[in-house]
Amino acid sequence: MSDGTKPAAIKIVDLKKVYGTGVEALKGVSLTIAEGEFFALLGPNGAGKSTLISVLAGLAIKTSGTVEVCGVSIDENIDKAKSFIGIVPQEFNFNWFETVIDIIINQAGYYGIPRHVAMPRANELIENLGLADKRDTQAMKLSGGMKRRLMIARSLIHEPRVLLLDEPTAGVDVELRRGMHDFLRELNAAGTTIILTTHYLEEAEQLSREVAIINNGSIIKQGSVKSLLANMNSVTLLLDTVAPISTAELQLARALPITRIDDTTLQLKLAPGETVNDYIRKLSTIGVQISNIRNNGSRLEEVFIDLIQKD
Amino acid sequence: MALQTTKTMSEERAPILVGFLTMLRKEVTRVFRIWSQTLLPPVVTTSLYFAIFGAFIGSQIAKIDGFSYIQFIVPGLVMMAVITSAYSNTVSTFFGAKMQRNLEELLVSPMPDWVVIAGFVSGGVVRALLVAILVLIVSLFFTHLIIFNLFIIFAAAFLTSLLFSLAGLVNGIFAKSFDGISIVPTFVLVPLTYLGGVFYSINRLPPFFRFLSLGNPILYMVNAFRYGFLGISDVSVTVSFEVMIFVTLALLIITLWLFKRGSGLKN
Repeated sequence: MSDGTKPAAIKIVDLKKVYGTGVEALKGVSLTIAEGEFFALLGPNGAGKSTLISVLAGLAIKTSGTVEVCGVSIDENIDKAKSFIGIVPQEFNFNWFETVIDIIINQAGYYGIPRHVAMPRANELIENLGLADKRDTQAMKLSGGMKRRLMIARSLIHEPRVLLLDEPTAGVDVELRRGMHDFLRELNAAGTTIILTTHYLEEAEQLSREVAIINNGSIIKQGSVKSLLANMNSVTLLLDTVAPISTAELQLARALPITRIDDTTLQLKLAPGETVNDYIRKLSTIGVQISNIRNNGSRLEEVFIDLIQKD
Repeated sequence: MALQTTKTMSEERAPILVGFLTMLRKEVTRVFRIWSQTLLPPVVTTSLYFAIFGAFIGSQIAKIDGFSYIQFIVPGLVMMAVITSAYSNTVSTFFGAKMQRNLEELLVSPMPDWVVIAGFVSGGVVRALLVAILVLIVSLFFTHLIIFNLFIIFAAAFLTSLLFSLAGLVNGIFAKSFDGISIVPTFVLVPLTYLGGVFYSINRLPPFFRFLSLGNPILYMVNAFRYGFLGISDVSVTVSFEVMIFVTLALLIITLWLFKRGSGLKN
């Protein structure tokens, strides 16, 4: 969300999109994203995330509302607005018969960048994204992770001010995902506004500062990750016990907000204002020693599920 | 993965010129890369026509307007190859890009619609003109070429390839399956080409069929092209060019409108 001091990279007002089939994918979305922001757009399948990204990128035509990219209205100068954007779509969308370098260089050409200017930048991107040894390989021969990195390299060849990433790490292994996270953080630190849609809420929590949750074509919550997490009704923690929990111990612990997951794991629901220390102490008095405390998945995931269920 | 943040491309960008040249380069590279699918088939097919209708059967047919039968059909057969090549090039590249979704690379770019259209059409025109030159070279093995007006030859070939490249693009926009890109060539283009005065002069047809033939736009293209070689035509050459320019402009307007609406292209 723009704090009013930075110019808006994206400004959307009352955006509606009704498909030819009559499906209302966006029901009046309003959203402002400041330049330099790392923004996550979250929502269940079919919520309208990809439609919103498609409208911004020029792949879908809006029904009504206004959209500005870096101060340029898509109604007044869509070609200029598109020049500010780089997009990494959810589905692979390159020519499978072309080589990695050709795909990137051609994309530069479509943005008006001559080959001799684009080539050094393309080689640098290929190197940075770990595709150097696949430079002259046909796209169809790349692994899933390489194809995704190719799409990132292609989207950055024209040095966009706003990068749209639609589920960029879907199907990518953990190590590669971490590498991509580092890459995106550096890109954002260098000034690129990043808008990310993802199903991995942990990813959104780690990377983004601002979040909007979209459901059924409407934004139901928007704000900083910190503020969303601060307003959580409860936090769920997993407690690993030193020894298996006996039935007697479980009886003594029944007054506590604790559920037994398995012999050596308990689930603790922490209400706002409560501290984990209180419960560790109480468990200790009844003879249950805790060896480890873990988050039960992403904290943002809990906020997300809570909001979606309420909507 | 590490990122160097040095900006390397401060030069002015030219999405129109560089964008078009990128598409043209890509299309021409494709035509040469798969030459056995793009250039060879029309040459082989037309050679067979030259041999069978020109040399074997044609030698038994009386002269038409003072020219041997093979001399009469060469321009028409070249035009037939031009029409097929131009149409199939744009319909297949566009539909292929749509199916593989790499059309999105163009749709998200700042290139105006007309540049994207020009990029696809340029591939069809280049391929069609290359095929025309190759087929004309092959025809030299069967007859000697007469050239009446080189400018008319080039103008007719260029306009026809432009027209059918645009027609192929319109087909590609509407097509939803591979059947959708084969129906028009099979059931519309081939009959119209065969009935468009490639193998005969419409002046020899009964009045009713001659009148019907005048409604076939391919007749005008074949005759304008033939006029450039032999100096003879069944219809006015001026009218022929007017028909070609009118149909080309109509197809261009339709294509631009379809791109603006996003029909078959965008959600």
